[in-house]
Amino acid sequence: MKLELSRVVQGGYRLGVLREIGRASTSSLEVPGCLLYTRCGTVPHLTQDTLHTLSPLPSVTQLTLSTVAEHQEVLEEYKDGFKKFAGLHDTVLYCSLHDPLTPRPAGHVTNKTVSVWGSGGRIELTVGRFMALQKALRPDLYQSMADGETWQGDATSRKRLRKSVDRTLAHLDECLLIHQQTAELQGAEVLGVVEGGDSLEERLRSARETAKRPVGGFCLDGFQTGSMDGPLRTQLISAVAVELPEDKPRLLQGVGRPDEVVACVEAGVDLFESFFPFQVTERGCALTFDLDLSLDPERAGITPSTPVLELELGEELDETWQPERGRDAELEDGAETMTPFEMDLKDTKYRGDFRPLVEGCGCYCCTNHQRAYLHHLLVTNELLAGVLLMLHNTAQYTAFFRALRAALANDQLELFKTRVLRIKRVV
Amino acid sequence: MAAPIDSASDVVASKTSMPSLKSLSAVSPLTLRIIAECPVTKARACDLKLPHSLVNTPVFMPVGTQGTLKGITSDQLEDLGCKICLGNTYHLGMRPGPALIEKANGLHGFMNWKRNLLTDSGGFQMVSLVELSEVTEEGVKFKSPYDGNEILLTPEKSIEIQTASVRLDDVVSSTVTGPRVEEAMHRSIRWLDRCIGANQNPEKQNLFAIIQGGLSADLRKTCLDEMTKRDVPGFAIGGLSGGEEKDDFWRMVTLSTEHLPRHKPRYLMGVGYAVDLVVCVALGCDMFDCVFPTRTARFGSALVPWGSLQVKQKQYAKDFQPIDPDCKCPTCKRHSRAYLHALFKNDTAAMHHITIHNISYQLTLMLSARQSIIDGRFPDFVKNFMRKMFPSSDQYPSWAVDALASVNITLDQH
Ligand SMILES: [Zn+2]
Ligand SMILES: [Zn+2]
Repeated sequence: MKLELSRVVQGGYRLGVLREIGRASTSSLEVPGCLLYTRCGTVPHLTQDTLHTLSPLPSVTQLTLSTVAEHQEVLEEYKDGFKKFAGLHDTVLYCSLHDPLTPRPAGHVTNKTVSVWGSGGRIELTVGRFMALQKALRPDLYQSMADGETWQGDATSRKRLRKSVDRTLAHLDECLLIHQQTAELQGAEVLGVVEGGDSLEERLRSARETAKRPVGGFCLDGFQTGSMDGPLRTQLISAVAVELPEDKPRLLQGVGRPDEVVACVEAGVDLFESFFPFQVTERGCALTFDLDLSLDPERAGITPSTPVLELELGEELDETWQPERGRDAELEDGAETMTPFEMDLKDTKYRGDFRPLVEGCGCYCCTNHQRAYLHHLLVTNELLAGVLLMLHNTAQYTAFFRALRAALANDQLELFKTRVLRIKRVV
Repeated sequence: MAAPIDSASDVVASKTSMPSLKSLSAVSPLTLRIIAECPVTKARACDLKLPHSLVNTPVFMPVGTQGTLKGITSDQLEDLGCKICLGNTYHLGMRPGPALIEKANGLHGFMNWKRNLLTDSGGFQMVSLVELSEVTEEGVKFKSPYDGNEILLTPEKSIEIQTASVRLDDVVSSTVTGPRVEEAMHRSIRWLDRCIGANQNPEKQNLFAIIQGGLSADLRKTCLDEMTKRDVPGFAIGGLSGGEEKDDFWRMVTLSTEHLPRHKPRYLMGVGYAVDLVVCVALGCDMFDCVFPTRTARFGSALVPWGSLQVKQKQYAKDFQPIDPDCKCPTCKRHSRAYLHALFKNDTAAMHHITIHNISYQLTLMLSARQSIIDGRFPDFVKNFMRKMFPSSDQYPSWAVDALASVNITLDQH
């Protein structure tokens, strides 16, 4: 795995391509970018046929150990690894420890174990069991076992933070040792986990120590949305980034909101999980990025760049039309709160709205269906609503990253930020 | 009674009155070409020419109750080879309502389904929601289960919503007997005439008359006599599959096909179990619909030639074969029972995989039946089908044995 950076701003963002990822070494992933979020290897709501109506898709699929740990015996008997088990053919597989959207009750970490929560409840993992799972899964990349519980309490003590860093390093050493002795994992890369909660001192120690180990990249843990406020997060990430080698990727866990993503990219993060489109889907909303397409070289000039908002305010549709409500959604840290980048399709004003979710969006949903139909599917609780929204939201989210990269390449980050902010200001 | 097939988006404002009834099927967009008839049974293979595409019969029509097929996109449905599916007047009349559907260029436009749609009359819902409905001469009064408002669905209104339509009918449960059944049948005939009158778009919309009559042979015969006098494009056999004895069921089916004109399609409403399909094809039915294959999929039940396979059962956790190794559907080509078993604990896509498989199973079953009719080996097809479905001949349901015997098929003993 090689990270080729075309642009690095000191103490700031990095633009480049992660090449030769995976055992086949043929895949690449542009950074800043996102992975493809799955549960048990399936993008929520989507079969492979519907998923592949989207293109391009992130070349790395994220599998969370918590959704597969309970199937350990099955996978061990299967022997051919998770990709083949799940019918995933052309993707790089990255395995993380936790599902970013599954609540993790505190108080279950010990010196020797961490716990994950699957459909059948808690599963306690020792390094031995963790590595046995990796052996059965055969991912291309995986996150090392880590004690990431530090963000849970209100005031985590310095002592607890130190312990989490120590444990995580100890787990990493053990994982690496077993990794090297496991034939099934040859060619796979381990990502070391940077812990340390909100302590700068522990963060730096964790980063420095982890960077000394033979890891392929870094997971930044404990920065989840809701765990600390934005300025502190970016300040800590910036400090950590300085300690990490430039030629290895940094994956930030638990952050998916577009505004937070941009802030963290500026702090030096390369990769994000993509659970955010799923969260938006689950609340019956559609992402409506106002991405100036002239910023996106792939689509420049094809679609008019009229802001979605203006269109909505400009046209009276029917008697049920109401002023836009979603736009004034509060910017909060709570992951479940609707963000200003979404429209709430359950709103009755969409009942007779025969426009696509987003003009110019090329996803299956927007090329085939209208807001009114989505509204109908949502109010009647039809399963197709989740399918269509997930397609659209995934398309929008990947387009958001594409536009962000294009903005970075063209020195237009400030313009890009203003654009994102403009949506918030119009309220 | 009537069931419309297809696309009533443009409504021409001219009243069709009774004397012009004769011309209805002449201008109808539906034509039936009989490709082959089984020399032994009453089975037939036909090509049904409908406005949006040719439909090969016998055919199973998946049901999309709310203008959607249970998590399956219209492209996926097309890719499975589905040429016709069902909409539902009752549900769509309530939400989103006829005016909106009209604005969306009809149900086709609303759900973006480019092939044929058959909308049923709402009759079935009157069976299942009988507490909510009051039947008067004017129509059916529903209390919307969503907001409690009263809605009157008249034959004329039902035609408005319907794209390819089966008309509004007064159905009583097939297990109800007595004067209510007779009343329903006569009302159905009167409503058929109102539907025909209201159908201002016969060149685009096919109205099927629905044969009612419950389980009374006399009433059904009367209904058949009356309905077949009207030159409608097709006939639906209704009022069955409501929990009646199978012995009564098949006799009513065969009585109906006996008296229906040969050159018109016959649609047996609400029938979808594999054995019922095969037997009723032998009895001369062309079209079927049922929510069962998609509903059962959501509980993890996959349809297979030997019955069904409950993917969620523990025994499949380590079973690395596809649901049916001979199935060519996208689910079986990619996924194993073990993976689907695991996925059921995590995501709704597991249901979608089984739904796709089950629709594919139903469509393939009907295609195989059709091919065997064309090849002149339908009786062998039936015998093979039954042998695979039942591990031993003792398990053959007696009604199926009797029904098949009535069309000269004697099942093998094994
Ligand atoms: Zn879209
Ligand atoms: Zn299949």
